Amino acid sequence: MKIGIVVFPGSNCDYDAYQAFKLIEGVEVNYLWHGSDNLNSSDIIVLPGGFSYGDYLRSGSIARFSRIMKKVVDFANGGGYVIGICNGFQILLESGLLPGAMMKNSNLRFVCREVVLRVENNNTRFTSAASVGQLLRMPVAHGEGNYYADPGVISELELSGRVIFRYVNPDGVVTAQANPNGSINSIAGIINERGNVMGMMPHPERACELILGSADGLNIVKSLCETTT
Amino acid sequence: MEPTVDLKTAKDHGLSEEEYQQITEILGRTPTFTEIGIYSVMWSEHCSYKNSIAQLKTLPREGPALLAKAGDENAGAIDIGDGLAVVFKIESHNHPSAVEPYQGAATGVGGILRDIFTMGARPVAVLNSLRFGSLENPRVRYLFDGVIRGIGDYGNCFGVPDIGGEIYFEDAYTGNPLVNAMAVGIAKHSELVSAVSKGTGNVALIVGSSTGRDGIHGATFASEELSEKSEARRPSVQIGDPFTEKLLLEASLEIIRKKLLVGIQDMGAAGITCSSSEMSAKGKSGMRIDIDKVPVREEAMTPYEIMLSESQERMLVVCAPENIAEVKKIFEKWGLHAVEIGSVIDGGQLIVNSNGGKVADIPADSLVLGGGAPVYIRQQKRPDYLDKHQKFNLMSVPAAGDMNEALEKLLASPNIASKKWVYQQYDTSVRTSTAVGPGSSAGIIRIRKTDKALAVSTDCNGRYCYLDPRQGAKIAVAESALNVAVSGGRPVGVTNCLNFGNPHDPEIYYQFAESVAGMGEACAAFETPVTGGNVSFYNEDPERAVYPTPVIGMVGVIENTSHITTISFKEAGHHIYLIGQTKDELGGSEYLKTIHNKVTGKLPLINLENHKKTIDLILELIRSKIVLSAQDISDGGLAVALAECCFPNGIGAQLTLDVGIRPDSLLFGETQSRVIFTAAPAGAITIENIAAKYDLPVQKIGTTGGPDLKINELIDMPVAKLRRGYEGAIPAYMESVIKT
Repeated sequence: MKIGIVVFPGSNCDYDAYQAFKLIEGVEVNYLWHGSDNLNSSDIIVLPGGFSYGDYLRSGSIARFSRIMKKVVDFANGGGYVIGICNGFQILLESGLLPGAMMKNSNLRFVCREVVLRVENNNTRFTSAASVGQLLRMPVAHGEGNYYADPGVISELELSGRVIFRYVNPDGVVTAQANPNGSINSIAGIINERGNVMGMMPHPERACELILGSADGLNIVKSLCETTT
Repeated sequence: MEPTVDLKTAKDHGLSEEEYQQITEILGRTPTFTEIGIYSVMWSEHCSYKNSIAQLKTLPREGPALLAKAGDENAGAIDIGDGLAVVFKIESHNHPSAVEPYQGAATGVGGILRDIFTMGARPVAVLNSLRFGSLENPRVRYLFDGVIRGIGDYGNCFGVPDIGGEIYFEDAYTGNPLVNAMAVGIAKHSELVSAVSKGTGNVALIVGSSTGRDGIHGATFASEELSEKSEARRPSVQIGDPFTEKLLLEASLEIIRKKLLVGIQDMGAAGITCSSSEMSAKGKSGMRIDIDKVPVREEAMTPYEIMLSESQERMLVVCAPENIAEVKKIFEKWGLHAVEIGSVIDGGQLIVNSNGGKVADIPADSLVLGGGAPVYIRQQKRPDYLDKHQKFNLMSVPAAGDMNEALEKLLASPNIASKKWVYQQYDTSVRTSTAVGPGSSAGIIRIRKTDKALAVSTDCNGRYCYLDPRQGAKIAVAESALNVAVSGGRPVGVTNCLNFGNPHDPEIYYQFAESVAGMGEACAAFETPVTGGNVSFYNEDPERAVYPTPVIGMVGVIENTSHITTISFKEAGHHIYLIGQTKDELGGSEYLKTIHNKVTGKLPLINLENHKKTIDLILELIRSKIVLSAQDISDGGLAVALAECCFPNGIGAQLTLDVGIRPDSLLFGETQSRVIFTAAPAGAITIENIAAKYDLPVQKIGTTGGPDLKINELIDMPVAKLRRGYEGAIPAYMESVIKT
């Protein structure tokens, strides 16, 4: 299993993703440079969090034009597995690999806190190690995580089981208070139709060791590493 | 053509007549305009410490584990074993934040981060020690909001977790907030680098951002009082670009790791001027700079402007000629400039050439602290107000009628209330090493590939230092050391940020000298050398000077991550212990201020020897693995400390305290050297045995559990209700910012 983590200028969770995947025995983890067009025959591509190119425009809007993203798009269109976390999710939206857009958080402030996610669909390459309805604790850390798509897209996502994670309270119930950013339907993560590209705002890579407060993120890391295609 | 220079030019630059005389003597001629600019920034308080260095030299600055001592490098460095060093420093950005809160605070964070990575260390944490006026004041809310956003946006984008600090609200800071940023980094010993320039023929490169007109005379601005005219100083405030800083970090660490350089220094205050002169003076060499080669981002910049610009995210790198190509390649990879602007020359002159001519030719050593920069010992006068406060009779203050109500009020006072509204705007978990984030006694970062962790705390009670500068400073050191200890760490070193008013005022200078003396005594007692920091004078608005505020940044080493201890009660049925004895000490307390609207009285006593024993005792208890939570007692006293232990897990407690003193002293007095901790009932014998070795009062005072906090017959309140007030206080003020 080879994991490729893309490093854009301004990525700052590349190292965290690297460390998280390194926890899984037998997994090879490499960094992929934004200016290269070599995916290094990775099995899975990770677009990490951070502020690619500073994100002084809309988040992810410049990263999508980077050299490596052309290859990532080809890779995804060919069925390759891609996970975008936080800024990586924003880049997937900007690249058109996932539908919808991110707006500024509803309170117009950056938010970093632990959230509870409810797994809505475990029949994916990204969540197979979790069960439906399972609650996962991990941090969010973003200024633009307020997911929006037009009603047709939302209803399609909902009906086809493509909403993978939702923000809920510790009892597993969707509430306004449990939603850190105002995302429509409390959506925290979605997948594409083909099931090979997933984006999520929360940070599973920051929740893989108990000393950090939660190891629930391992569910996602393990799903990716243990499933054989 | 440059303007001609005379005494008036010098005075316009903030130099005194004597200083101007001294400059003409050093040069043996009238200085050029560029030269007068250079002297004015280098001899400003901010760069030269001219009014403070004599006092600072009295601080304990030696220790067996020190790798870089105060004043030697951009930040202090302490050996923490395993071939690693912790590199840390705190610095102020008060004046810029007073006129332009967002950029002022942002660039404060940027500057302190560069101080860390210019040493070869990767920043692993930041903390912020902040002080504002009352949140009732709309301008204060504007400043507070801007500062928080500035700190957040810079650190979040750069990718460093914020792990704590402190925030106080006192009228004394209304027009002149204090914005102190601390950064902590980790480096391998073998990769620590120096801010030195030497080796004739070596080359100086400017790397990072291009140079603009922002921040010209920022250092001079920082060295005068704030007034109505300060608004015109907004152009002196630099503009931050955290994205470029992140690239600069990666590129700098790469050239350091590959050992491609002789020395490197960041360009903070006084830009190219400060970095080139300090590096040269340290290497006892000279430097010739061709100012026309500096990449600029504005048209028609003069040599004067380029030399004094404080544009952010720049470094000066000195390397051997054979390494230039490799250095340039690395910076190019990160999309940054690396341009040769000068070379190391024999002798000690700093020569600046422009357009074929010479605009400056100065002995580098004459510019710097420890060289030719002036040193002043100012007049001191003990302020009269001190006696009035010392003599204040506490018996004239009646105890609050309803202690439940008093506790609620205290928990909702902005000084004590939860700062969650603030730190939720900071990334606290990036880099996946934050074991304990903001809101506990100390922030804790684990150190990868070792069993260790770092515990870091910043502390200072400005009200205390106002009422008694010497004792207040001692207590600041004592509190920070205890915060680190109750978290499981052994305090190893201090960085300080000394925020005071105008040093030409003898009463202010007295506060300063006394604070430094108190700090020195305490640091010596705890064996925590001062590794550096920053002095910020002239913190005054037209109404008043700030409280003397010598902020302490304490770093501790946790030997094993299993010793990490937090304040929260873990479950019901645990025993609660108190180390120390509560006395009738309400002077200077938060209680006196919040409930009785009085800032007065004698401070609680601090016995440094006893305090050190308290630190050793709690550390031994923690290491013996029987301590389940620990919390020091400070602002708001025992009742507030207990409530804070209840909040995280919503676990109440029942306590029975010895009486014999005023009930308000018992609950809210701020007697020093006290710790509350919990243990399972089975730990009782071990605790007794360990405590017996220390000759300190240790007693069981209660049990955890239930939904309420109950103390004697005095307090009986639902934890949930107390917590709502505690967490709601600051949002209640700040949500009005959004509405209006």
